[in-house]
Amino acid sequence: MNKIKCECGHVNPEGTVLCEACGKPIEGNQHIDGNDKKKLLNMRYDGSARRSQTYNKSIIDKIWSFFSSVKVGVWLIVVTLIASAVGSIFPQEMYIPADAASRDPAIFYEDRYGIFGLIFYQLGFHNLYSSWWYMILIALIGISLVICSIDRVVPLYKALKLQKAKRHETFINRQRLYSESESVSKEEIQQVKEKLKKQRYKIRDEDGHILAEKGRFSRWGPYVNHIGLIVILLAAMLRFTPLLYMDEYVWVREGQQLVIPGTDGEYYIENKRFLLETHDENDERFKDSLAKQGEMVPSNYQTDVIIYKAHESEVAGAEPELEKIIESDIRMNKPLKFDGYTLYQAGYQLNEFTNMSFKIHETNDSEEEALDSFTINLTSPESDYELDNGFRVVVDQYYPDYYLDDNGEPASETNYPRNPAFVLLIYPPGEVTPEVSFIGIGRNIDATGENQYKAGIEDFEMHNVSGLTVRVDYTLPLFIIGAAIFMIGVSQGMYWQHRRIWIHPKQKGVLLAAHTNKNWFGVKSEIEKAIAGTTIKMVEDQQELDE
Amino acid sequence: MSLEQIKKRKRNKKRNRLIFRTATLAVLLIAVVFALVSNFQKDKTIYSVGDKAPDFQLQQINNNNELETVRLSDYEGKGIMLNFWATYCKPCEAEMPYMEKLYPEYNEKGIEIIAVSLDATQLVVNRFIDKYELTFPIPHDTRGQVMDLYKVGPMPSTFFINPEGEIEDIVEGALTLERLEGHLQDIQPN
Repeated sequence: MNKIKCECGHVNPEGTVLCEACGKPIEGNQHIDGNDKKKLLNMRYDGSARRSQTYNKSIIDKIWSFFSSVKVGVWLIVVTLIASAVGSIFPQEMYIPADAASRDPAIFYEDRYGIFGLIFYQLGFHNLYSSWWYMILIALIGISLVICSIDRVVPLYKALKLQKAKRHETFINRQRLYSESESVSKEEIQQVKEKLKKQRYKIRDEDGHILAEKGRFSRWGPYVNHIGLIVILLAAMLRFTPLLYMDEYVWVREGQQLVIPGTDGEYYIENKRFLLETHDENDERFKDSLAKQGEMVPSNYQTDVIIYKAHESEVAGAEPELEKIIESDIRMNKPLKFDGYTLYQAGYQLNEFTNMSFKIHETNDSEEEALDSFTINLTSPESDYELDNGFRVVVDQYYPDYYLDDNGEPASETNYPRNPAFVLLIYPPGEVTPEVSFIGIGRNIDATGENQYKAGIEDFEMHNVSGLTVRVDYTLPLFIIGAAIFMIGVSQGMYWQHRRIWIHPKQKGVLLAAHTNKNWFGVKSEIEKAIAGTTIKMVEDQQELDE
Repeated sequence: MSLEQIKKRKRNKKRNRLIFRTATLAVLLIAVVFALVSNFQKDKTIYSVGDKAPDFQLQQINNNNELETVRLSDYEGKGIMLNFWATYCKPCEAEMPYMEKLYPEYNEKGIEIIAVSLDATQLVVNRFIDKYELTFPIPHDTRGQVMDLYKVGPMPSTFFINPEGEIEDIVEGALTLERLEGHLQDIQPN
């Protein structure tokens, strides 16, 4: 390790570009920041030595310097970006459509997308976002973030701490804002100092060499920002532990009692009622905007529930012994919390059929006078109904969610009574051969055309369905902390600027130079104010002259 | 400062740097390993090939079968085809006749077919059973407990369980007659 002693007497670590104390460009290192080809100095990291770029002795040092490279970091991000994009070309494994001939990913992708599907599957893109290699990519970005930050913040901190007010002349005249003044009196310099102080600069004076500095704090913004990102990554990582994070969804029908998914069968939920309320269109406050909207605007989504705790049952499926623990309502943004679980109102379906009542009348009776009537419970219909007046009805087929399938045969699309239809066998009193009818919403078909009796829908009851999100999330506070730190870092770097002004006495006159990390216009106007009324010349922007 | 002292300081500094870098890399490595391992274990909550099939007990609703309840652990020593299905699921319907066709033969050879119905309405299931004249036990999972236990997604899903009670294979989607027979042979007790 070769330390470099500058002519000002300061000893710099190897790889330093600009002397930490006086700023003199160190010979032989100017290529690092590209200063050898430019008139102006590259002030990135104040010319401090990024240590990783210097020694590569042990394997640890080699790994360290690999991750310390911003170039490597950017490439990692680009690769991750491309992988994420490619993963979205075909559906992910969990979104393989249910009607696929085979949902086995080994078969599905090739079967549907040909050779590209096969490649997609074999490279593991079908389960990209939780595949080990994708997670490793994210992890590498995280590591690169940490090491890049450490490797830059430490030398930068040192260089800013060690900087002297007295700078080498080459450092001064290779700054972007620069001027030379021939003869300047001590009083004038004193006056400038006072004015800079008034603009809240911190002034250091070493044998007449003056450094005025403000907003150094702004330089730490990016690193604070990175700390926030790392906290967020950490929080995301903790979400893998089921103890800290769980996310499930459950549909519960009114009157239904179900096991709450994700609770290992420990808790059950019963939906007492789902309520969808709308704003009153006669309400003075909302009248106008509701009229403008032209439709009902919901004001409340609510599910009234009972939560039960199951006492240890021996085996899944066996009838559990349930103890009621909570009876409450769940409204949007007003979740129900119990024992670490949170239930959110997340969805609903209105108007599923609960039961239907029918009456039987003579086919050619225009009055449709009821000869007999019966009610079918649509969630648990019986197969046989013996009626009071001697009729007997057999439910031959029941389609809870009726549709005609591809072969033109009646079938049910789902489990749920959304569009119930029946094939009913009606036995008139004393008869042994039934009459066959097909009955559904808006359908009443006589199979033979010779039926003497007809069953018609007389009445029905409906129920609603609530969609609830079940969640355990102890990682949220950490996300909030991470995001807050991130925002602090962003504002720190955005709204403050690190400004430095050097006054370098030379024989009778002075050299004046200034540097800022952003908003050059701002620092110029502050200099203008400070030197007003003196013979010191206003700085010129050498970059503009350069080009 | 003598040359000796300078050299010593340099050595110390170098050593400290190595310790710091090693420690930082070690912490990061531990974090990455933790993330990968827990992600791997998350997949494990879904039972996969090689795991012991979790036990359950449900009411049996097929009138062509004399059982009243079905409990998985009662079948130890037998090969089990555990099928999850529903009447409204077309691919499920397609594979049912194959299951019924092979059932008598393979039941003799020590295999049980258990087809857990995820329907809501028993009547619908009964009519379906009549239509295809199914004879194997059909437990009815009315509350979705067993579906939740086995983390069944879209249907049909079939678990082939060997006589030792371990999951030998999981098939998502419908099976053809030949593939079904092949799977049954795989779990046949010796």
